[in-house]
Amino acid sequence: MANKTQRTLMALKDSKERITNFEEVALGYTLEEAMAEANRCLECKNKPCVSGCPVAIDIPKFIHEIKAGNLEKAFEVLSEYTSLPAVCGRVCPQETQCEALCVRGLKGEPVAIGALERFVADSHNGILKTVPSETKGIKTAVIGSGPAGLSCAGTLARLGYDVTIFEALHETGGVLRYGIPEFRLPKAIVDREINALKKLGVKIEKNVVIGRSLDLKDLEDDGFKAIFIGTGAGLPRFMNIEGENLLGVYSANEFLTRINLMKAYEAKSDTPLYLGSNVAVVGGGNVAMDAARSAKRLGAAHVYLIYRRSEEEMPARREEVEHAKEEGIEFKFLCNPLEILGNENQYVSGIKCIDMALGDVDQNNRRRPHEVEGSEHIIAVDNVIMSIGTMANPLIKTLGIDINHQGLIETNEVGQTSNLSVYAGGDAVSGAATVINAMGKGKQCAYEIHNEFMSKREA
Amino acid sequence: MYKIVLKETLATAVVKMMVHAPYVARKAKAGQFIILRVHENSERIPLTIADYNREEGLITIIYQVVGKATMDLNNLEEGDYIHDFVGPLGKPSEIENLKKAIVVGGGVGCAIAYPIVKALAEQNTEVYSVVGFRNKEMVILEDEFASHSDKRVLMSDDGSYGSKGFVTTGLEGLLEEHKDIDCVFAIGPIIMMKNIAAVTRKYGVKTVVSMNSIMIDGTGMCGGCRLTVGGETKFACVDGPEFDGHLVDFDEAQSRNNIFKNQPAHSFEEDKTCQLLKEVENGK
Repeated sequence: MANKTQRTLMALKDSKERITNFEEVALGYTLEEAMAEANRCLECKNKPCVSGCPVAIDIPKFIHEIKAGNLEKAFEVLSEYTSLPAVCGRVCPQETQCEALCVRGLKGEPVAIGALERFVADSHNGILKTVPSETKGIKTAVIGSGPAGLSCAGTLARLGYDVTIFEALHETGGVLRYGIPEFRLPKAIVDREINALKKLGVKIEKNVVIGRSLDLKDLEDDGFKAIFIGTGAGLPRFMNIEGENLLGVYSANEFLTRINLMKAYEAKSDTPLYLGSNVAVVGGGNVAMDAARSAKRLGAAHVYLIYRRSEEEMPARREEVEHAKEEGIEFKFLCNPLEILGNENQYVSGIKCIDMALGDVDQNNRRRPHEVEGSEHIIAVDNVIMSIGTMANPLIKTLGIDINHQGLIETNEVGQTSNLSVYAGGDAVSGAATVINAMGKGKQCAYEIHNEFMSKREA
Repeated sequence: MYKIVLKETLATAVVKMMVHAPYVARKAKAGQFIILRVHENSERIPLTIADYNREEGLITIIYQVVGKATMDLNNLEEGDYIHDFVGPLGKPSEIENLKKAIVVGGGVGCAIAYPIVKALAEQNTEVYSVVGFRNKEMVILEDEFASHSDKRVLMSDDGSYGSKGFVTTGLEGLLEEHKDIDCVFAIGPIIMMKNIAAVTRKYGVKTVVSMNSIMIDGTGMCGGCRLTVGGETKFACVDGPEFDGHLVDFDEAQSRNNIFKNQPAHSFEEDKTCQLLKEVENGK
């Protein structure tokens, strides 16, 4: 390799072509590219990258196998630590995790760890030859089939437990299914990783809402000895401004669920979606990027991304912001909605905004935005998609375990709730965070459940 | 997959089905609903639980064919399977400590009103029911209401059966007669519930309405079913579907239910047979 300071670039679909469909944008490495990139890894003894990974994958070890072209071995290494490598290689914010600590990053670009993880997972059918260790015949229940639940279930199954996942929707995957669009995470990938879990013996019961169809007592009565709750933080926030209930205002969750879960963009789907030609998306996170880029793909002429701080403060991944820009999303930074306007039939006709300026640094070390007097202006739009975050699901309250003032589940440091045989992790405990953090917690809770049973057995 | 064990036509385009759904039957209570998806590409639609049988794991739903989803459902027969069927969803009706109550049902809304009448009767609340239909052909659950109510008033818009007029007339009669009603439950088209709330406000009687918003997940995840109650935004699927009828913004709810009305497969016109069905009836 001539230039070791720069990473091997991954091929992308052309931006003009890609906005006409929902196909995956990033195309992944070829074997040659992956091996070239793997060769940039210095295989540091102290492995700083590993401490940046929430599930502590032995990164140099799997990369070492890629260097030799030994992809089967590389996949085995990954599988020791993660249940969803093809997902995490795609959606983790590596720039703030593993890659942020890569030694290569000190003088140039860090090793593309995420892209390599993705490459290994994609080259494999996801199913390990090894069978789970002896089955213990102990029934465990996992509530929610999002990243936290899938990771917990996969780990428990590998440790030999009899695992059943309960999912409220008609499809598994949680945010991987209804939230993250096909162009970032193909659903075939999610299916494959979930099938791998089934091969491990994990049972899945869909259309079961915990707190309504079943409660914790029912699960205990049905013989489940340990329960993990990974129900996420799905309740969308609204701004509580005038006009938010007009026709054409969606939460990002509703908009993305109609698109991703219900496939409203496909002719064969019966689920409707009302979308005009000018769309405003409010917010600056990954979900806002997903909503804006989806609206563009559905044929909107103008998609405005309205964010009250500046580009620098945006919580969305850099890569997604760049992709959104290339696709023609029009960013309105330092701009905040005051009111949504409607026509005589109650449909959205515009959004009234005010310019913002950044002031003093607040206690979270972010510069606080304030309104610029007299800068009110109206942007003509047909839809407004609110993407300003989510809160705890209210059904958590019905479970009889302790929750905090934000409605999130209280746990001790090992993930145990106030009911000691019930563990919880992911967004249901932390509030909205990342896929990999949820997976890390799910995995941690699985080991805690296992330790608990092992110590009981010895006692 | 959820097996249809019984299908029975109750009135013109109004059909009852019993579906094997043990998880739902285990916990179902009056006032709650289910969401179903007929086929793999169908949309998710909410329907209220009209009755349940815990021992046999059965749930009864009653629907009116008003659009593509209900028409696809209606094309299934006994022994066929519904792709997805989830519930019970929403909060159960709050019926405790009521001495005397009136339940008002309009059209297919009577299917939702009936389990409340039954639950009230079972806890020995004195219960009066007012049921209204467009005409004689649309009458459903006649005997069920009669056998569980202390008095039942049946109204039809055209006078072809029972008394002529709207349910509001029948309700006013009862309210004049009984000054000690603890609560009125009203279930039917939004315009009917709005009119009922206007009547009971005059009499100062607490009124509970069951809102039929457009829903997707039904678990509080998207806010598609949101409505304004007492100036606050509520999600019908988790905060309701029952709300204080004197606090609901009915006009907004009506308008929100019309969002997809221009899409051919999605007619939400209440108590009206949609264009699609008419075409089917005319053999097109």
